[in-house]
Parts: sequence; structure tokens; C-alpha cells
Amino acid sequence: MNILILVFIALFSFSCFFFGKSQIKKIAYSQKFKPKALPHFYGFYLSLWCALPALLIILLWSIFEPFIVKYLIISGLEKISINSIDPDQLNLIYQKIKAFYFGNFTGIASEQIKKGAEQYGHFLSIAQSAKVVLVLTLVIGFALVAYKKIQNNTHAREGVEFIFKIVLISCSVVAVLTTAGIIFSLLLESIKFFSQINFFDFLFGLGWSPQKAFVSDTSVALSAKEAKELSKAFGAVPLFAGTGFIAFIAMCVSVPIGLFSGIYLAEYATPSVRKFGKPIIEILAGIPTVVYGFFAALTVGPFIKTIGESLGLAVSSESALAAGLVMGVMIIPFISSLSDDVINAVPQSLREGSYALGATKSETIKKVVLPAALPGIIGSILLAVSRAIGETMIVVMAAGLAAKLTINPLDSTTTITTQIVMILVGDQEFTSAKTQAAFALGLTLFVMTLILNFIALRAVNKYREKYD
Amino acid sequence: MTKEQRLKKRYSAEKRFKAYGIISVCAALLFVGILVFKVFSEGSGAFVKTAIQLELDLSKEKLNLPEKPTKEDFENIDFYDFAQQHILKIYPAITTKEKKELLTLFSSDFEYEVKDFILSNQNLIGQKVFFKITAASDLDQMHKGNYTRDIPEERRKVSNFQLTIYDFLLKENKISKIFNNYLFSNGDSRNPEIAGIGGAMLGSFFSIIVCLIISFPIALLAAVYLEEFAPKNAFTDFIEININNLAAVPSIVFGLLGLGILLNVFELPRSTSLVGGITLALMTLPRIIIPCRASLKAVPPSIREGALAVGASKVQSVMHHVVPLAMPGTLSGTIIGLAQALGETAPLLLIGMVAFVVQVPGTPMDPSSSLPVQVYLWSESAERGFVEKTSATIMMLLGFLIAMNSIAVYARQKFEKKWI
Repeated sequence: MNILILVFIALFSFSCFFFGKSQIKKIAYSQKFKPKALPHFYGFYLSLWCALPALLIILLWSIFEPFIVKYLIISGLEKISINSIDPDQLNLIYQKIKAFYFGNFTGIASEQIKKGAEQYGHFLSIAQSAKVVLVLTLVIGFALVAYKKIQNNTHAREGVEFIFKIVLISCSVVAVLTTAGIIFSLLLESIKFFSQINFFDFLFGLGWSPQKAFVSDTSVALSAKEAKELSKAFGAVPLFAGTGFIAFIAMCVSVPIGLFSGIYLAEYATPSVRKFGKPIIEILAGIPTVVYGFFAALTVGPFIKTIGESLGLAVSSESALAAGLVMGVMIIPFISSLSDDVINAVPQSLREGSYALGATKSETIKKVVLPAALPGIIGSILLAVSRAIGETMIVVMAAGLAAKLTINPLDSTTTITTQIVMILVGDQEFTSAKTQAAFALGLTLFVMTLILNFIALRAVNKYREKYD
Repeated sequence: MTKEQRLKKRYSAEKRFKAYGIISVCAALLFVGILVFKVFSEGSGAFVKTAIQLELDLSKEKLNLPEKPTKEDFENIDFYDFAQQHILKIYPAITTKEKKELLTLFSSDFEYEVKDFILSNQNLIGQKVFFKITAASDLDQMHKGNYTRDIPEERRKVSNFQLTIYDFLLKENKISKIFNNYLFSNGDSRNPEIAGIGGAMLGSFFSIIVCLIISFPIALLAAVYLEEFAPKNAFTDFIEININNLAAVPSIVFGLLGLGILLNVFELPRSTSLVGGITLALMTLPRIIIPCRASLKAVPPSIREGALAVGASKVQSVMHHVVPLAMPGTLSGTIIGLAQALGETAPLLLIGMVAFVVQVPGTPMDPSSSLPVQVYLWSESAERGFVEKTSATIMMLLGFLIAMNSIAVYARQKFEKKWI
């Protein structure tokens, strides 16, 4: 049905374009006036006024319809039941009604559900016909209004351009809305989480064992002992430590290699080496992280284990070292191409001044170019750190699951992103503290990377302004 | 220290420094080499499969068909029994255990293979024909040389009896390697020999198309606004900072956004490529806006001024002149952004595209997986047959990425105007 409406609107506004275009010529000819814009602007004017209000209404309708229907159904349920049902229960019944209506309900449906489904279908059909009527009225009404304006020789071009600018602004606001959506979705669940778990227990607690959060029914008050146990289950320090540790190993690999290859490509390489070397290193940046994860889990991990065991060391098959090494390889191109850029931005005159004083090339780089490029390089390293912290697939596939505080690179450790994935893949119980913990972790991750990115982008931009 | 000594020291420091640079570049290149070599050496085997030749007696008595069979009669044939009889004839197996071992040498889908063959070749009824049946994954790996046979039986996947059959089949020349059509046509499966990436490829395709439809127009228009129309004020700065930060937000956070908003609030269907595409679109949006802005910025102001001078409005000068001239840059930026989205896994895991989906999806509203998610799923399973399949999936994924990136680079070089 929706598709039919959309096709109708599309066809109607398409024909309106030609109608408007030919009408203005006819009217202008018969009434002997000069149109204020080119004929096709009148066509656009008419077709935009038919289509846009109707499309906007359809969009809003399809966003809000489910909520309104849900509200109606649930208030209906509340009315017939004698004693009050708690919201989670109602929600569950609503889901069952919906599933029954769409025919993917498994199990035996109660009378209540069958009745509810009937009602649901009833509401849907009312909504559907109301929508069709509303949309048709809008399309035809606005078409008539716009047509009247065309007859009065309106400023069609200005009208069209005004609408166009509004469309442009709303497109650029989408990015802001995305950020708002991220913050909203993270906060929504995190607040529920922090209403059960103390914020400081989460941020500074030393033990992470979310499987202990067996309490799924939040309405029942916890006994003091249970509450204490629950508060101890969500100490995120081991995760922060593991994340930081793996990121540190990654930076140990990528900073020297990335920086030196950036320096080499910017300062020493002949144009032909640069032409081939740079794209090949950038291939590393284009490889999906899941491929690195596969490589870390099936090649690097076992390789480190064999070497370590031949030296008589106890090596976990999911060692932090394997994940960190491979993550380091992944980050090399970020550092190398960013530092390449900032080194290239250092003015040639600085180098020539240094050569004129008799410095060798490496002395120039070390004492003149690098200090000049330092803010940019630090910015690029910070960006790389933020990538390492937020990297998911490598650690999900190659790092361990058990949260422990360790600084042994051969031991297994876990990270924030691994835990988010482990908690949220599979069945989710949105009332349990365990699921909400994933969103709290996501919020922490978001805030951490936001701060890092903000500092890094500022550093890089400030530096660019200095030499531009 | 004399002057000469000091100079020598400085020169050797110079050489060392340069060597560090060369070593670093070589190390980076080496990593690319090892990775590509590893994937290709492991994955190339998955494009062929082992098949066993079977002689099928398609006489009407064997198939239990009447003299003039109708369509219904064909549907009623017990293909499992028919196929099993022919398989057991291939080598004398006496005990039940031996019979079972013989049958497990064949793909778990042998019944359907025989069924499809007979139903699509009804003109062959009454004749004796040779037909190649897909072998089970363990035999496949044996034939490709990935299993050693010198270890004791209990540690081997293939029993002694199965080995004798294998040797017999080899000697009779009944075993061969043919193109693995299942890899491209089938969905996921628990059995490596019939598991394929057809479903994952379609799922990826749908989500990339959804991503393109949503992200490209919005990104282009947003870039046009910010570059051409936006006044310099706090609101514009806010949008700009927002976009730059959003481009660096970890992808998993977008997965949480998809889960929290698209699935929980708007109740869109879980595990579908529609939701995957929307999530990827939100993630790719800032990554496309940035190159779009750069290519709009690269169009010299003289173009705009020329258009304005002959009486075009601001909108006309931008839409008729600036945007078409910036198109090669915006398109290549979009393709590169989509290539990144194609390789993205983490957000898809959170919105449930990690489900085990056997059916090949028909529309974006069907549950499906995607290529990178398939890599993740298969890499978790221990069977040797899946290792090979994982590498083959990676090869396909890398192939698509390389193709997309080269199109982007080529389009840019070919169509972009160089302004002096």
C-alpha cells in the first residue's frame, strides 16, 4: 500500500512538472505578461509543492504510527485487566500480539492475544485509510494552491530555491541527528544501568563478571547480599586495562614503523618509489579488520604460541601480544600517511636553512623538520590511539574473554569492545543489567574516543593553519 | 675527536637513519605480502570441490515409476533410498558401520543432488548415466592433501575403511575435482561441503545498495550546503565539528546506535540487510561528506563567478556548474566510502546480521548475513573445510574492495579536470 502511495505521488508530481511548465507558457501568452522565471521553474514549483508535504507526512506517519498503535493497544489491555500489570509484562504481550498478527507466532495463543491481534489489525486498517485520505488531500490541496500561485505569476525560481535550501540544511543536520541518536541510545540504557550499579563501582571496580547478573526481574528488590554481589560484578577496570594494554602493544609496533616509513616516503624516497610504495602501504588501511582478526587468530596467535612454548614460556593461545601485533600492523598506514602529510606541509625554506648551515639530511629531519611537525605528528598518533581503542574485530577474534588484570603480554586479556560484542551477540534481555552494561561500556568508549579525536583534530588543524 | 672522525660518525648516522626508513617501509610491505600470500594459498582450494562419479540406473523399475509417469509420480520418488542404493553399490560394505562410513563419504545433500539431476534430465529415464556427486568435506580435504594419513586412526577424521574406499576410487579414476558451484550459490550450512557465500554476497549487496541510496544524496547535499551556502556562524561550526568527530567514532558505536534506535525504538526487523544498510549509511555519511567537500572546494571560484556574471542565481551556478565539475571527486569519494562500509563487521554483529542463515535472501527485508560477517562466523568453527572457505571468502571480499577502489581511482584520473 505504501508503495502504491509513493508511486502515485511520484507519477503525479512528475506530470505536474510538465503541466506547470506548459501552463505558465499558455497563461502568459493569453494574458500577455512576462513570466517572472523560466517555465521549468514553474514546473518544479508545482511538483515540489505536490510531493514534499505529502512525503514529509508519510515519513512522520511511519515513524509515529507504531508508537500510537502500541499506546492504544496497551491502554486497551490496561483497561480490561483487573489488577495492574507492570510495563515490561505489557510490552511482552504487545510483542506477542504483533507476532500473532503477522503470523510468526509460535506456541498457543491465549484469548487475550487473539483479541489483541484483532484490535491491532483494526487499528492498522484505520490508520491506513486515514493515511491515504490525508495524503491524497495534501497532494491535491497543495497542487491547487501552487497552481493558483502560478496563475498569479509568482516568483517561482525563488520559491524553488527556498525549498532547495531547506532540503540542503536538513541534509547537513542529519550528521547532528546521528550524533544525537548515538548519545540518546547510549544514555537511555546507561542510565538504567547506573540506577542499579553505582557509577564509581563501575568505573573503579576491579572485577568484571557480568554473567553474575542473573537478576532479570528488576522490580523485585534485591537483598543486601545480592546487591553487593551485583555491584562487584561490573568493575570495568580490567577492561580498561586490557584495552589500554593491547592498544599500547599496537602503538609499540605502529609508531616506529609508521613514523619511519612516513619520514622515508616524505623525505628520502624517489618519486617512483613513492608512487608505488605509498599505495601499497595504503592497501593495509583498506583491508577489512575482520581479515586482520582472522590472520591474528589463525596465523599469528598459534605462531607466537609455538615460539613461546619452544622457549619454555606459558603462552595463552589468545595472547594480548598476537592481537596487539596485528592491530599495530593495521594502524601503520594511518600513522605513515598522516605523518607523511604533516611532514610534507613543513615549508621547504626550513630545510634549506638547515642545509645551508651544513646539517646532513637526517640531522635536518631530526632537529628541524620533526620538531616543526610535532603537533601534527602527535595529533596523528592520538587519532591512531583512538582507532586502536575502538577497534573491534581483531580483539573479538584474537583476544580472550576472561577479564583479568595482567601486564604479561603472553597472557590473555579482554577489551571493552570484545565485551560489548560478547554481551550483545545472540539473545538480549533488555531488562538485565548485563545487557545495559554493554551500553554503559559503549558510552565510556564513545566519550574516550571523542576526547582523543577532539584533541587530535584540533592539534592537526592548528598545525595546518600555522603553515598554510 | 678529529674533524674527520666526527664527519664519519655523522655520515654513518645519516646512513643508519635512512636504513631505518627503508626497513620500516619493507616491513610494512612484508606484512601485506604475508597476509595476501597466506589468504591466497589457503583459499584457492575452496574454488574447486571433490566429486565422486556414480553410475545411476535410471530405469523405471528402479525409480518406481509407472509406464507414463506424471509430474506427481516424479515428486513421489524416494530419492533418498534410490541414491543410497547406488552409493552402496560403489564399494562392498557389509556391516552397518561400514555402510554408514561409506555414506558419510558423500555430501549430506546427496539426495537433493540426485533429485535435481533426475528432475531436470527427465529425457534420460530408462538409461544408465554417470553422475558426479559432491563428496563430504573430510574426503574433499583428504583429496586436496590437507589431511595426513600417517597418523593413528583414532586421531584421523577419515577411518581406515574410508581410506580403502578412497584408494579404490582413486584407482578406478572415479574421483575428480570440479568447479565448486555451491560456493557462489548456497547460503550458510553446518556442512562445509555445501556451505556457500551466495547468501552473504547478496546480503552485502543489498546493504551496500541501501547504504548508497541513503548516504550519497544526503552526503552530497550536505557537502554542497557546507561548502557553498552555509554562513560562517556558530551553527555551521557546530555541524562541521560534528561531522569531523563522527568520522572518527568507532564503528561499534554505530552498531549500538542501530540496536538502540533502529531495532528497539523503531522496531525494524532484526538481522536484515535493510537495517544493516541504514546503520552503515549513518557510519559512512561523514566519511563521504569530507571528500565531497574537498572536491567541491577544488573547483575554482572563477567558475562560480562566471556563472553569476551571466545572470545565474547562486543555486543555478552551484547546481549547473560546480557540482557537475566536482562529480568525479564526489563519486570516487563515495565509492571509497562504500568500500569501507563493505568491509565493516562490528556494527552488523550488533544488529543481528550474525545469525545462521541458510536461505539466500531475496529482498533487503529478509534475514541475511554479509561477507565480512561470514568470515567471522566461519573462522569460529574448527573444521578444516571452513578454514579454506573463510580464506576464499576473504579473497572474494578483497577482490570486491580492490575492484571498487580501482574504479574510484580510475574514474578520478580519467574524468577529473585539472585546474591550474
